[in-house]
Amino acid sequence: MSEFLYVYRGGNRAGLSPEQMQQVMQKWVTWMQGLAEKGHLKDRGHPLEAGGKLVNGRSKNVTDGPYAEKDLVGGYSLIEARDLAQATELSKGCPILERDGSVEVRPIMQM
Amino acid sequence: MGSAPRNPIWHEPAGNDPARCESLEHLFRRESGRMIAALTRVFGVHNLALAEDVVQDALCRALEVWKHRGMPENPSAWLMTTAKNRAIDVLRRERRARAFAPELERLLESEWTFTPTIEEALGPHAIRDDELRMMFSCVNPRLGEESQVALILHILCGFSVKEIANAFLTSAAAIEKRIARGKQVLSGSKRLFELHENADFQARLSAIQRALYLLFNEGYHGSCAEQLIRVELCREAMRLAAVLTAHPLAAIPATRALLALMCLHAARLSTRVNESGSLSLLGDQDRSQWNTELIAQGQQLLELAATGEELSEYHVEAAIAWCHVTAPSARDTDWYQIVSLYDTLLAIRPSPVIALNRAIAVAQHEGPARGLAALRGIDDRGRLATYPFYPIALGELELQCGRRAAAREHFAVALPLARNPVEQEFIEQRIRACDNQAEPRSGG
Repeated sequence: MSEFLYVYRGGNRAGLSPEQMQQVMQKWVTWMQGLAEKGHLKDRGHPLEAGGKLVNGRSKNVTDGPYAEKDLVGGYSLIEARDLAQATELSKGCPILERDGSVEVRPIMQM
Repeated sequence: MGSAPRNPIWHEPAGNDPARCESLEHLFRRESGRMIAALTRVFGVHNLALAEDVVQDALCRALEVWKHRGMPENPSAWLMTTAKNRAIDVLRRERRARAFAPELERLLESEWTFTPTIEEALGPHAIRDDELRMMFSCVNPRLGEESQVALILHILCGFSVKEIANAFLTSAAAIEKRIARGKQVLSGSKRLFELHENADFQARLSAIQRALYLLFNEGYHGSCAEQLIRVELCREAMRLAAVLTAHPLAAIPATRALLALMCLHAARLSTRVNESGSLSLLGDQDRSQWNTELIAQGQQLLELAATGEELSEYHVEAAIAWCHVTAPSARDTDWYQIVSLYDTLLAIRPSPVIALNRAIAVAQHEGPARGLAALRGIDDRGRLATYPFYPIALGELELQCGRRAAAREHFAVALPLARNPVEQEFIEQRIRACDNQAEPRSGG
């Protein structure tokens, strides 16, 4: 088994009613549960606050977030899968995709 | 629906603490209304928009955190704590710049009383009252009934403008306007409606009963084709009616009768549309699928409501609904009793729709010819001109009299009045019945 990082980006939630927000949340809970039950969820990871700082280059120039909504990293999880192909396949169930978001699947370098 | 596991549309058995038996279903919607009401009391009604922002923020945080970490043990408390922390930030940041609730203003100024005041104001007991006070505030007499209902759905039930527009088959722009106007009127008053020692209490309570009745009816008889949306409207009306009956000041007999009538109607809700998605009238509904739990609750509430002097329209309507749900079949229904209850109801609240239902009961009791006469004798039947069920009733009774051509004409009149595909399909099916062979059916 290898490890992979899922990086969640974007996922439009503008104009959602409370009921719709709950539905989105429940889809995630179900999806994560499914991964956990099959032994693929190494670490649920965390959501990230929207704001933050960007420290850049030799000058250590500090700028504020936020970034364009579609590029904004909203959270991450740690996944266990056979190979990149399987990890990619598993990510297709992620509810963020239904709301125009993306999942970046990155193999963690083995030592 | 059909034979799927029973999912009672109302989760709060009478008399128990509602907070304990609520499910997680519709949690965000329910808590949204509660939190807005509670925060509005702290911020003042003029800061309603700020309260809405704070609640939106708390719901967004819940969405983000729970989707990664799973739902907490007590999600309601988690949400309230999150909203409270955010409210504390806002109050600290803006207490110099903005006026908050006048009755709390001094308490919020001093650091000694700041935190305890907020803890108290956003504690579970206060919230129950705040939800009720918000309900009373929404039925401001300066607003029309439609605006009151829209405002209740938006603020207390967390329905978005689009969701309300869908449910009422109205444009989002029209609903937006109603809600904006409602909020403007609300914000004009500095504080939420005071429940105790208020001369307007009875009048406002009647207005809430009426608004919840309209909300329930929109779900039950309304024009929206989607069964799911209709069930939700009924459920919300029942939830808020249950909040009323749980409060000693608001739990008057008419309130209990209102909730009784909702339970007794809701018991039949899942059978109003059959497996193929078409409309199923009372006589054709599968009575074994009626929800016995709701019938029992309705009956118990109706018994509790049978005190005091006042016989409200809700008492009478609940009694009619009770006659229906306890009858073994449409044929073995006490139609005489139902006709006389409709007479009583018409005396309390004259309405052509009630007269229409009475005429259908007359037809069941005395035959289709007498029913037709009653239909044609409805005083203000002009007001039924766009209501498809008037020509449908005429058509059904003509068909029962064996006059297929006349029946067909009535159904043809009804067809363009259909408000959604379900009604349209139903009327087309009746027209086909006229063309093929008469298959008499009972009304409902």
